[in-house]
Amino acid sequence: MPLSGTIIVDENLCKACELCIVNCPVQVIALDKNRITPRGFHPAALFKEGCTGCGTCAVVCPEAAITVYREKHVEKERNA
Amino acid sequence: MSRELWKGNEAIAEAAVRAGLQAYFGYPITPQTEALEYLSWRLPELGRAFLQAESELGAINMVYGAACAGARTMTTTSSPGTSLMMEGLSYIAGTEVPMVLVDVVRGGPGLGNIAPAQGDYNQIVHGGGHGDYHPIVLAPASIQETINTVYEIFDIVEKYRTIGIVMVDGSIGQMMEPVALPAMKEVRKVWPSWAASATEGKRERNVLTSIYLDPKQEEITNLRLMKTWQEIEKNEIRYKEYFMEDAKFAVVGFGSAGRVALSAVRAARAEGIPVGLFRPISVSPFPKKQIFDLAQRLEGFFVVEMNSGMMLDDVLLASQGRIPVEFYGRMGGVMPFPDEILREIRLLHADGWKNEGHPRDRWLAKLETIVKEE
Amino acid sequence: MTTMNVEDMQVIYQHPTSLLDIHTHYCPGCTHGVAHRLVAEVIDEMNLRDQCIGVASVGCSVFAYNYFDFDFIQSPHGRAPAMATGVKRVHPGKIVLTYQGDGDMISIGTGEITHAAARGENITVIFINNANYGMTGGQMAPTTLPGQKTTSSPKGRDVEQAGYPIRASEMLATLDGAGYIARRSLHDPKNIRLAKKAIRTAFEAQVRGLGFSMVELLSTCPTNWHLAPAAAGKWLEENMLPYFPLGDYKVHTALKDLKF
Repeated sequence: MPLSGTIIVDENLCKACELCIVNCPVQVIALDKNRITPRGFHPAALFKEGCTGCGTCAVVCPEAAITVYREKHVEKERNA
Repeated sequence: MSRELWKGNEAIAEAAVRAGLQAYFGYPITPQTEALEYLSWRLPELGRAFLQAESELGAINMVYGAACAGARTMTTTSSPGTSLMMEGLSYIAGTEVPMVLVDVVRGGPGLGNIAPAQGDYNQIVHGGGHGDYHPIVLAPASIQETINTVYEIFDIVEKYRTIGIVMVDGSIGQMMEPVALPAMKEVRKVWPSWAASATEGKRERNVLTSIYLDPKQEEITNLRLMKTWQEIEKNEIRYKEYFMEDAKFAVVGFGSAGRVALSAVRAARAEGIPVGLFRPISVSPFPKKQIFDLAQRLEGFFVVEMNSGMMLDDVLLASQGRIPVEFYGRMGGVMPFPDEILREIRLLHADGWKNEGHPRDRWLAKLETIVKEE
Repeated sequence: MTTMNVEDMQVIYQHPTSLLDIHTHYCPGCTHGVAHRLVAEVIDEMNLRDQCIGVASVGCSVFAYNYFDFDFIQSPHGRAPAMATGVKRVHPGKIVLTYQGDGDMISIGTGEITHAAARGENITVIFINNANYGMTGGQMAPTTLPGQKTTSSPKGRDVEQAGYPIRASEMLATLDGAGYIARRSLHDPKNIRLAKKAIRTAFEAQVRGLGFSMVELLSTCPTNWHLAPAAAGKWLEENMLPYFPLGDYKVHTALKDLKF
């Protein structure tokens, strides 16, 4: 069963550089064209299911804008 | 207190040590290298920081770092090295951290020579580093006076968070005189609250910078620097007067030029010439008020320097044209002798003062002949 | 899309504590931000923040002191290693780092960095190499590649006239005072993770008193390279890696067995 995760992108920090989008291994991030941040960017956000909480987006993010979460129960399964 | 024979450069070094010097960074350059050499063993034996830098550029920036870190810190150099340090001095002034520089001036411009001169006056007092700032510049005239100046300047620069420069010349650096050294002060145990000494989790972080990208913020900083400067002008004027009470005219000279002039003035007085000596010790801030007040009652100022007339301009400015000013100087590391100055004093006393033209031009015409005949 | 309740989830990655939570002035996609983040993460993991004193240099990172939550001072262009020396000699027990670009460190600052390394100054230098002077608008730097167009080499760097780039890591590694010198890259996730390990090793070198430590980080400059951030990463991979090979150029024996 695939791991389940999610991300929260801080709107105040995101500059829409798209590095997270390009590097996401499951291609679940896109710029949200329906929102504009206080700085005038379309922030990155999950746009479909499938985030595994791998953290790659956060690794490439130059703004440290992304917090990555992973489901705990999935963690227990892996340790079993 | 007993007196010992000390070489100027080493006395400067020891005076700084006794004032609580914590970190010294320097570079070899004649005629001040003995200060570097002395501190290379003296500071480590006291467990304090010493480092010979890769250049004067390195040295002044190490001093800048140490000053930001909250240490009592100093460097020594000579004229070409002072030029290299101008960038650092401007940054230090803009960051408002305290430090001490000792400049042992030599003949120039350029590589020049290693003989004593006073040709750094303009670069230190009137310019040098970019921007609106004024360092405190003190010009002692003997090794004892230099020791006393170095000993007290550390407290002064920390009081105002500014730059203090002790400007001497190669003769003071190299000669030996009997002096009394002051008591050893304890090195500080607590770092200043504004210093970049690491928070240790005990305070908010400190950021020390000289950048103010917004011109309005920069102007506020400039205003603060100028207000501090006004305080310094009020409190830190230093000078000495000799035979001035009944003097009809005055020789004005600083440092070694002032000292040589004193011999000439004494000889002149023995001949009955009513001359005195006004010797500025603080050339920055300049004793403008004192010069102006003297200009109300004297017949003229006779400025003597070991340069082409740099303090001359400050005397002209401060006396505001009230009385004539005459000038005599030697350049390139040539030291004037008392008899040269006495000759000029006699001429002024006998022939009176000239008003047309600039004193520098009159002197240059004279000097050409003197240089040919020597 | 189902929204997930993050309260029940494990945090895998978050904004480091030593990095202040504020918008930076760096261009979108500029890897300065990645470098800042990695340095902050390492400082957090090693619990060094309260002992750190940073020295900012002159370049795009001139305002680095606005982004790290510890004591910081500002140096003139190229002089950071000398200022860091002054700080470290006064506070030998503290952690002193400089953060410098290629124009700053290996053009005007060549003397200062060389001697800090030769002296084995126990400081850590984070060296950002993006093959141009970024802050001033993209002029040729000592690290600009042959043929690379910049605003002061509009026809491309002509080696006949302007000479060849300097490989700082290799050059400084010849000095005995250097304890750890490594070159890594920030152009993709794998290399960013490797870069972090190198930065960790560099700070370990300082903590253990093993001499001068430096990590050269090949970085992108999307704006002055006129490329989008991801394309800039590709350009770096294709053009800079061959000229500036990644590797460990100096590793003190005491560091050889460390694994992060």
